[in-house]
Amino acid sequence: MNSHHGRVASRALMPAALSVLAAIALSACTANSTDDSTTIAVSITDDACTLSTTSAPAGHAVFAVTNSGTKVAEFYVYASDGTKIVAEVENVGPGLTRDLVVTLDAGSYVTSCDPGMDGGDIRADFVATADGQAAAPSGERTEALNQASAQFLGFVQGEVDTLAVKTQSFADAFAAGDHDAARSLYADARIHWERIEPVAESFGDLDPSLDLREADLGLQEPWMGWHRAEKTLWPPVEGYAISEADRTAVANRLVADTLELQRRVSDPAFVIEPFQIGNGAKELLDELATSKITGEEEIWSGTDLWDMQANVDGAFAAYESLRPIVETTDPVLVTELDARFAEVNALLATHGSIAEGFAYYSEVSEADIVDLSRAVESLSEPLARLTAAAVL
Amino acid sequence: MTTGAAGFSRRAMLRATAAGVAAAGVAGAGGFGIGRASAPIAGDEQYAFLGEHQSGIVTAQQDHMHFASFDLTTDSRDRLVALLRRWSQAAATLMTGSEIGSGAVGGPGLLPPDDTGDALGLPAAGLTITFGFGPGMFTKDGKDRFGLAAMRPGQLQDLPHFSGDALDPAFTGGDLCIQACAHDPQVAVHAIRNLARLAIGDASVKWAQLGFGRTSSTTRAQKTPRNLMGFKDGTNNLHAEDSALVTKWLWADASDGEEWMSSGTYLVTRKIRIHAEVWDRTSLSEQEASVGRSKGSGGPLSGGNETTPIDFHANAADGSPLVAADSHVRIAHPSRHDGAMMLRRGYNFTDGTDSLGKLDAGLFFIAFVRDPRTQYVPIQEEMSRADAMTVDYLKTVGSGLFAVPPGIPHGSRLGDSGAFVGQQLFA
Repeated sequence: MNSHHGRVASRALMPAALSVLAAIALSACTANSTDDSTTIAVSITDDACTLSTTSAPAGHAVFAVTNSGTKVAEFYVYASDGTKIVAEVENVGPGLTRDLVVTLDAGSYVTSCDPGMDGGDIRADFVATADGQAAAPSGERTEALNQASAQFLGFVQGEVDTLAVKTQSFADAFAAGDHDAARSLYADARIHWERIEPVAESFGDLDPSLDLREADLGLQEPWMGWHRAEKTLWPPVEGYAISEADRTAVANRLVADTLELQRRVSDPAFVIEPFQIGNGAKELLDELATSKITGEEEIWSGTDLWDMQANVDGAFAAYESLRPIVETTDPVLVTELDARFAEVNALLATHGSIAEGFAYYSEVSEADIVDLSRAVESLSEPLARLTAAAVL
Repeated sequence: MTTGAAGFSRRAMLRATAAGVAAAGVAGAGGFGIGRASAPIAGDEQYAFLGEHQSGIVTAQQDHMHFASFDLTTDSRDRLVALLRRWSQAAATLMTGSEIGSGAVGGPGLLPPDDTGDALGLPAAGLTITFGFGPGMFTKDGKDRFGLAAMRPGQLQDLPHFSGDALDPAFTGGDLCIQACAHDPQVAVHAIRNLARLAIGDASVKWAQLGFGRTSSTTRAQKTPRNLMGFKDGTNNLHAEDSALVTKWLWADASDGEEWMSSGTYLVTRKIRIHAEVWDRTSLSEQEASVGRSKGSGGPLSGGNETTPIDFHANAADGSPLVAADSHVRIAHPSRHDGAMMLRRGYNFTDGTDSLGKLDAGLFFIAFVRDPRTQYVPIQEEMSRADAMTVDYLKTVGSGLFAVPPGIPHGSRLGDSGAFVGQQLFA
């Protein structure tokens, strides 16, 4: 999910949620975590960020993030480059403690507190030391999880390779002002983005650049990426146009960002942790449930069904890579997920296919949207247990 | 995932962390957090989930309600039974003021919490949870999805169209329903939210209603409350203490037709919007005439106090009846309907304002009756046609009818293969 999407929605919810958050705070001091993990207390005030320790053994770590300030805060763990997000917890209200559970490999990291969630963050270095307990429970499981990671990485790399090719074709048509050609290429190229979006999002910078919706724009941001092109191709009113300079800039940036994404996921040092696979699958469906099912993602083009199918495809690929492990740890969950994926795919198939094209979202009846939403909820609820079933 | 009887009391947790509450400075919450930490607390009842009848019917009516109606999205009888088992176990846990499953914060960090946590620190607050089965559980679109069509009680007939009905499908019908009532709205909302979550994959919420301020009393000890029209409501209600009347008018019996409904009852819901602005600019005498009672005391216009029997033969000097021919109390009175009584248990509601800036509010009417065909339909039919208050100032926008199965007997064991609400239907 584009973190900007979530942030905007969550802010709007904050006042109503305050009493709930206060109730949660009551329980914070009794929260317990898994026995083999290290707990690091993080204290955020309006202008300070204090960690109880700046190093911990590699393995499961719990950052207990307490907001003692007056503004809603967020906490990030970045990779040593300070850009790639390893884990994050948003919307920590004043008086509230929330736990962020991470699996840390030995190495250095950057922690960041952001009181006010406005980008004015306070950073510090953090080290995971190699002398800690191994994160993985057994050799056999470790091997299976490594295999899952490799399989899913292969899927991601394949999708990004295709995305790069199709993005180039789209950008060429768009830059040349050939709107008919660009419109015909738009949804088909984005499929490959929507299948792997949580991975792209983990880099922090590429997702906002490539996939920001107009509604997500902040005050200062230049609007680039797919949705700027979308609005140009499906203008809301006659006469809506883009300047030639912006047209070229959008096309060039789409290609450059996508090639950068391709470079990063094919870097031999790039790995996808097993817990990220399961969480990514959940995130894909979360995004489907919040911005696709409402028709907000493709507000101008109406190509939401392509995105939905791609989100489901991506979640299924993630599930497939973990499935052999979960077959042994929780076979009932496998039966449930197989049936629920089939149900969603069957419903989507009544509206078209990626090969043949889908209906535009305005053509889908309200009753059909309710059915789709219910099927997605029925899949998402058990899918939220996938990570734990594979990793714990 | 363990779904445990092992649920721990939110209240006990609160006591343990009371100091933490103060330290956390939940200032705005004042009485909310700290007031509740010191027992005993008025209104902090716990009701039993197990019993001959379900809770939330003759229970002294609580002040807040969250009601939800569900569509069954599964066609599997086994899954329906499993859902009713999950719901029964969770309802019993929630009614003790405990978190469901492994709790809101007690489970593994990599799993979503079993309980949503929004009632942490709150007591049981007199929570009752009442389950009902709608017509769609027996047949829907001509299909007998669960092999239950032959068990559909004659009492569970679709309600007819009443004059003036403006039913919105978004507030009407449903295959299943849950009524959660409590002294604290957050406890009621938490219950429905968690039960709805447990249903995902098998049942989906079709519509729901929040209610505040009871509009009836179900025991003699309770004072008669006022509805949003400003009148005392439910004066002539069936009360828990009237055991002979309760037996006669409330609880179904095997001789009524369906053995499985014995000790159960039927639940009618009507979402009734009040034309508030129109009502508010109606003269006091006109308001009182349309109701048939004094707005201040609640006494009948034929004289006396709130509990004085209505004298329908009393006339004014000019010979006109003191209690008008089209007044609400006259049209709805049991004496006009073979003595038929209902146990009313409704709530005020407001859904904010409508697009014209008018108050979107009214009465979420709930009645429990032994037979809707004789105790509800004829009365509503006449009210909708002839009752001045109903015709001129009310609009019904939602409607529902549900069979409320009996309770789960004392001593039953709940859980994965245990007892569940409505088990007699599946025997």
